[in-house]
Amino acid sequence: MIETKHLDQVTSILYLSGVTKSFDGFKAINNLSLTIAPGELRAVIGPNGAGKSTMMDIITGKTRPDVGDVRFKDTIDLTTHDEADIANMGIGRKFQKPTVVESLTVWENLDLALAGNRNVLQTLFYKPTDEQRQRIHELIDLIGLQDKADDLAANLSHGQKQWLEIGMLFIQDPEVLLVDEPAGGMTDTETMETAKLLKEISKQHSVVVVEHDMDFVRALDCKVTVLHEGSVLAEGDLDTVSSNPRVVEVYLGR
Amino acid sequence: MFRQSIILQTIQKDSIGKYVLGFVLCLGIIIPLLNVMVPQESTFGVSTYTITLLGQILCFAILALALDLVWGYCGILSLGHGAFFALGGYAMGMYLMRQIGDRGVYGNPELPDFMVFLNWDSLPWYWYGFDNFGFAMLMVIMVPGLLAYVFGWLAFRSRVTGVYFSIISQALTYALMQAFFMNDFGFGGNNGLTDFKDLLGFSVQADSTRSFLVFFAAIVLCLSYIVCKLIVTSKFGRVLISIRDAESRSRFLGYKVEHYKLVIFVFSAALAGIAGAIYVPMMGAISPAEFSPINSIGIVIFVALGGRGTLYGAIVGAIVITYAKAIFTTAFPELWLFALGALFVLTTMYMPKGLAGIAQNIIDKMKEKRTMQQPNRVEGDSVGSTK
Repeated sequence: MIETKHLDQVTSILYLSGVTKSFDGFKAINNLSLTIAPGELRAVIGPNGAGKSTMMDIITGKTRPDVGDVRFKDTIDLTTHDEADIANMGIGRKFQKPTVVESLTVWENLDLALAGNRNVLQTLFYKPTDEQRQRIHELIDLIGLQDKADDLAANLSHGQKQWLEIGMLFIQDPEVLLVDEPAGGMTDTETMETAKLLKEISKQHSVVVVEHDMDFVRALDCKVTVLHEGSVLAEGDLDTVSSNPRVVEVYLGR
Repeated sequence: MFRQSIILQTIQKDSIGKYVLGFVLCLGIIIPLLNVMVPQESTFGVSTYTITLLGQILCFAILALALDLVWGYCGILSLGHGAFFALGGYAMGMYLMRQIGDRGVYGNPELPDFMVFLNWDSLPWYWYGFDNFGFAMLMVIMVPGLLAYVFGWLAFRSRVTGVYFSIISQALTYALMQAFFMNDFGFGGNNGLTDFKDLLGFSVQADSTRSFLVFFAAIVLCLSYIVCKLIVTSKFGRVLISIRDAESRSRFLGYKVEHYKLVIFVFSAALAGIAGAIYVPMMGAISPAEFSPINSIGIVIFVALGGRGTLYGAIVGAIVITYAKAIFTTAFPELWLFALGALFVLTTMYMPKGLAGIAQNIIDKMKEKRTMQQPNRVEGDSVGSTK
């Protein structure tokens, strides 16, 4: 399967092969292989404990795999870099629980995420240029927080925090976005809005979405990977996958 | 021009800080002047005791400022900051010891008294250069800075955080205290360094020198405050806050968290060293007791009472507690530590944002009142509905 993919698509943006990671003997990830093509929108689903979050941790450098290959753009070995390096290479991550800097304002949060130099001296003498200000304002409009720009992030609602974090991820201008359960705790309308936003984003970026909510996955209308016990159980469009008897047994049937 | 305007802007925006700074400057100018100009017996006379106490307060305030930078803004609770203060103090003490020259009890021009007493025949290598004021001042910054660099590099790289960091920083200052207690360590053992004669040719025992040092401490405190304020209001400062609030978020945004922690930790240690260096000539001695863990915990209480993450709160906390201690220890010496402990518990329980939090609340309420009164005057009808 991987072979054919390589023929179709000369380069992969993310490539995992034979990745295994165990915690105290429990194999959270077991011989996982997965390829994401440039510009692809991919949904990863699976029951609790299927290894979705561990997979994200491995790609973003938070966790080192025991064995296996993790590559970015075919050549860069991600297992030898830390979170900050990987983020600067162009892999952005959104957490399951909205994680924004609560004691900074919406504007400051976005300014912090804005693509640019991240070293100590540069931040010490940083002053945003007009172009950068413009960019932050555009993003505040996009995530619909115009009235909240100078409010502390702590005072936002749950949904607004989710959007702020997506905004922060977006302004980072990564090549790949890893999004962990973006619809968690959102209302139905917010969920659909988020799906629309992600589809919009995926026009220019590769996006990997981990999600539980099947309506949300359906709204994304993209290729789906089903994880189970740390490896890929099935892959394909949502209808093919949901008619797969094994998938029905472990996940959808419940 | 550009720089100056940034500094002025930062101070103007700092609604409470500028008053604290003004208060510190007034104290630092008026009290030393009174001490020098007015005879001590008169109504406005300031005793040597008072001026020394003020000096002590100002040095502790610089130290508290240093701790607030790492604890209040970056979430690193160091329980060993007293070590950096003491090291700066020892570096200054070594210079003062070398200034004694042949005026010591044993009259040895090369060796300080305690070395003669230990029958040492030459100066240990690590005492070289301390007869030079410039070198000694460099060491005041370099020694604490270097220790903080090595310690911080190891701790932050291995991602030691939270209570684990606090415990090992406490162990660090305890270990240093034990080392400095040993006679063979070469820093005067139990007694530490004392019997200083003069600093840059001025007698350290003279009230005029002490008064000048107090004035100098006030200036250093104000400058440190401004520098710290500029740091925390820069983007660098906002990265520190994001590390405090959401460390992994900062990493996934691409910030090298350990670099930021290391830079602020080293800067803070150097600032603590400067505070120690001003403290020692005023007190006339430095001993290993300055390394004791209780001192480091005391600094944490200064910051907690004043309100962490505000900078001016650290100054207020240091002033209030050091002054209270001076009064308390003369009245009920054995009760002081209990009072301090109770204060810490009560602060954490009932005012987690410290005195600064209370001040901020009052200001917010006043602002609210003002904004509520103004629209009311324009549209009289809505008065009933708003309140």
